[in-house]
Amino acid sequence: MTPKADIQDAQEALRQHYLAQVTHGAAHSDEMLTRDGAFRAVWHRFAAHLAGLTPDGLAARFARGDQYLRDAGVLYRQYDETLSSERQWPLSHIPVLLGEAEWQEISAGLIERADLLEYVLRDFYGANELVASGQLPGTLLSQNPAWLRPMIGAHRTGAPLLNSVSFEIGRGPDGKWWVLSDLIEAPSTAGFAIENRVATSRVFPNFFRAANVHRLAGFFQTFQDRLHALRGREAGEIALLSPGPMNQHYAEHAYLARYMGLLLVEGDDLIVRDGQAMVRTVAGTRPISLIWSRLPSAMLDPLELNPHSMLGTPGLVQAVRDGSLGMVNTLGAGVLETRALMAFLPKIARQRLGRGLALSNIATWWCGQDAQRDHVLSHASTMMVGPAFSTKSLMADPTTVSLGGADNADVRDQISQHLLTAGHMLVGQEAVTLSTTPVFENGAFVPRPMSIRISLGRTADGWAVMPGGYARISAGRDATALAMQQGGKVADVWVTSDAPVATPSLLSHTSDSRAPSQAILPSRAADNLFWLGRYVERSEQNMRIFRAYFARKAEEAEQEDALHDFIRVRLLQDADPDANTIAERFSQPLGLGLQAASRISDRFSPDGMMALRSLVTSARDLAARTVPSDDIPAEVSGLLRQITGFAGLVHENMYHHDGWRFLSLGVSLERAANMADLLAVCFDADAPLGALNLALEVGDSTVSHRARYLLWSSPASVADLLGLDPDNPRSIRYHISRAKDHIAHLPQDRADHTLSDVARRVLVAETGLRTIDAAEVSPAFLAPLKHDIWAISDALTASHLV
Amino acid sequence: MMYNIRLKISHHYDQPAAYGRQLIRVLPKSIPGRQHLTTNILEISPAPYGKSESTDFFNNTVVTSVHMEPHTDLEISLKCHVSVTPAPPPSDLSPSLEALRADWQRARDLGPASPLHFLGPTARLTPDADITAFAYDAVSPAASVTDNVIRLGEALHAAMTFDSEATTVDTDASEAFRLRRGVCQDFAHIMILGLHALGVPAGYVSGYLRTLPPEGAEKLEGVDAMHAWVKAWCGVAQGWVEYDPTNRTLIGADHIVVGYGREYNDVAPIRGRLRSSGGQSSRQAVDVAIVDQAPRS
Repeated sequence: MTPKADIQDAQEALRQHYLAQVTHGAAHSDEMLTRDGAFRAVWHRFAAHLAGLTPDGLAARFARGDQYLRDAGVLYRQYDETLSSERQWPLSHIPVLLGEAEWQEISAGLIERADLLEYVLRDFYGANELVASGQLPGTLLSQNPAWLRPMIGAHRTGAPLLNSVSFEIGRGPDGKWWVLSDLIEAPSTAGFAIENRVATSRVFPNFFRAANVHRLAGFFQTFQDRLHALRGREAGEIALLSPGPMNQHYAEHAYLARYMGLLLVEGDDLIVRDGQAMVRTVAGTRPISLIWSRLPSAMLDPLELNPHSMLGTPGLVQAVRDGSLGMVNTLGAGVLETRALMAFLPKIARQRLGRGLALSNIATWWCGQDAQRDHVLSHASTMMVGPAFSTKSLMADPTTVSLGGADNADVRDQISQHLLTAGHMLVGQEAVTLSTTPVFENGAFVPRPMSIRISLGRTADGWAVMPGGYARISAGRDATALAMQQGGKVADVWVTSDAPVATPSLLSHTSDSRAPSQAILPSRAADNLFWLGRYVERSEQNMRIFRAYFARKAEEAEQEDALHDFIRVRLLQDADPDANTIAERFSQPLGLGLQAASRISDRFSPDGMMALRSLVTSARDLAARTVPSDDIPAEVSGLLRQITGFAGLVHENMYHHDGWRFLSLGVSLERAANMADLLAVCFDADAPLGALNLALEVGDSTVSHRARYLLWSSPASVADLLGLDPDNPRSIRYHISRAKDHIAHLPQDRADHTLSDVARRVLVAETGLRTIDAAEVSPAFLAPLKHDIWAISDALTASHLV
Repeated sequence: MMYNIRLKISHHYDQPAAYGRQLIRVLPKSIPGRQHLTTNILEISPAPYGKSESTDFFNNTVVTSVHMEPHTDLEISLKCHVSVTPAPPPSDLSPSLEALRADWQRARDLGPASPLHFLGPTARLTPDADITAFAYDAVSPAASVTDNVIRLGEALHAAMTFDSEATTVDTDASEAFRLRRGVCQDFAHIMILGLHALGVPAGYVSGYLRTLPPEGAEKLEGVDAMHAWVKAWCGVAQGWVEYDPTNRTLIGADHIVVGYGREYNDVAPIRGRLRSSGGQSSRQAVDVAIVDQAPRS
């Protein structure tokens, strides 16, 4: 432990080094240091803690946080792309600290704003008095794509339209907080705040425990209660509707669904029948009574909203209008994000409250009015100009241009011209300068601009405010709000109290109400699990054939040459004898398996995902490299150990519910069919000498065979062991019996005593294997068997997976 | 005048469609003093699992049909009687183009007939420089808005060739204008864009057209399918004026209104989504005949 005096010296050194880079004065304010350059009270102890850590110590702590994020699968995904471009969550490990008193002020201001937004939204979809009374120009609604006409007049009850809102706020040079953006529709805040918190508390475990930091779990607890209250007495499911795995925030959707016990669905999982939204599950359709949507509203229903939406569900708008389906925020609430609205909210607030908002938004001018437009033009040096109807947050909208920017005279002229001709399509906003907060870069603490994102959730007692959790930190030194668009990092926000804080935990709470949603298996999720099983098994089989092929190539014995060729032509479908080409036969299905798994990451363990990812990486690596033929068998054996490890992980750790059954069915049907195929080829009349041993090798049963038969392999002994043996986990019979058992346990609609199509097919296949004599197992028996097994798979798909 | 309207829309799917939901907008509106829907039979085959009728934001009649069983063919047929009262020729009460803007800027009403809904842009109708230039060439600043609506319609009619092969239902207005070819939907979309450019609120009207012309008159274009034309807002005093650029005419007793909207998507005869992959094809047949009518007491 560093002596106390040394820590004081170190803390002073930290302060001076940091202060030298903070440009105070008129420019901006800083979170850690006051205007006088002293530590703010709330930062004092934390700064001492930081100063007491060596750079190596800090690095080790940061690594601990990063490790957690990797293990938890917290990833960030760009829009355009494939799996390979998932990126690590960009955590800045130093939290932003705020005192409780200041936080109370912020909270009160945001609650007031949330209530105002509720009032405005109700008017937009109801009486339209704000337009009728002249407080808002009618074109801000009538030309606004986010104002959804099918929802007008739909709110006949007094039930709140907003239950979950977020705000992005920043601190100006004078120390005052401003709202930068209203985030109403699918803001990515809550899920990532939890992850930031868990990771950061691992970076500073001891300090965090003693620092009286307000916990986040309580917020989620009350919000979860709210969701259960909202779903009403009918008690249908509560679903979190996601655009799906290609969305950059899918990881957050999966995480939130798991954390809050919600059913994660995509638009394609839902149908509307008899006015009721239903989710298609492996056990038939189940009613949904509440949706927490992470889709832009306009994408929710191709029939009444955007006709090109592939993400929505036809009829959903009707279900919402009829009142059978609740939305956490009403359909069309996104209209509140309209940038130009910020120009009118302060006045609307004064009209309604008799005073200005305690926490106002940044000054905004709608250029459809001459006076406002002229103001923007005459104050061009301090203005940002952007589309009036943009619903993107200021930090995420690349179309906003700073008129004051030095090196864009052409753009400036264009915008000024545009302002004169089409002012009603533009808003000007004051170019705000943000406060800075310390980040650790290249061995030192440096100030970087930041903004804070805060979630509010409605509860039975009014709005609850998530106490911290999420700050966005700019990548560079530029402190204008606009610079945040270029991205940067995220950090935890600690709201600290002078007194000890309550430490609730979501996991001990309402465990009974969490159970049902995860127990329901949407057909799409089951389908992905089924294919995950099939792809991984297919990959394993092809690895074994690949290994067998190169093992023989390496030995170069004359007798093996015929066999060698036989493998390539008959088992590898006459593939090019090039190692990389053949390796694709297992690396490609593995990649497809990973894709299937990533579509169900809410139901698949993070450990399983990690194992699968590293397996895919190793397989692709082997497929891409030039490996000497002699070394290939050993390399493939390494891969096979990994794949066996993955299978073990899945079977040992996965809860044995319906999802596990579908995964296991995928493995069994794939393995049974592939084995039937392998045996059919190796029993062929023109198969060369050694083909039977090859079958045993690929079937991983050489040792078992030796133990059971004590003699040379014969077609009958191989057929018995790999085809008919009920106890060999490599045999066809074993997997058909296992599939039959799984199918018997799947949910069924039928109440009568007849067998379903899929149950009948698997029983017939099993009976055939149980009643045939080993000596009669020939290609003539095996080839049709393979087709029968695929027919079982098709029947299963038809009955449960579409 | 009483019309007997028959419409048949046939849809074929290459792959059986399992779950289908359609919004059907083919029933004529009842407009006080102008047209009245007396009887109608709308049949859907195969028989739908569910069928209901409602009105949308623009007060158009929407029939929702739901199918649960797989089917490869869907047929919608409508038989109805509509009485139409010929409107007197409009007297021109509209201001100049320049003065019109102030008229709608004062509007504080967001009801379905408010000009504020029809200023554009919409999902399909975004400004096009060529159409804007064409519109400015066609009009005269000295003339009234109503007069200029007619001028633009006539100029467009002269510039375009009616051609049912050149475009599809998804062709955008810019492309049709570049080709100078298209059907009523294209004519209407282009004219709406031109009017938007001039600052005139304008919308899309879907409907039916009398099949056989009165004796001595020419047969109209677009009688074989549902028709479309344009409505333009010509100021507070004049209100909405409807014009058919495909046939170069103001709307009279030969046009029967089904729906008002901002563009085709708002009033498409069928909007639907099926759980089906693969192609689909559609055919439409329309007959609009005058019913011999004895005046009823």
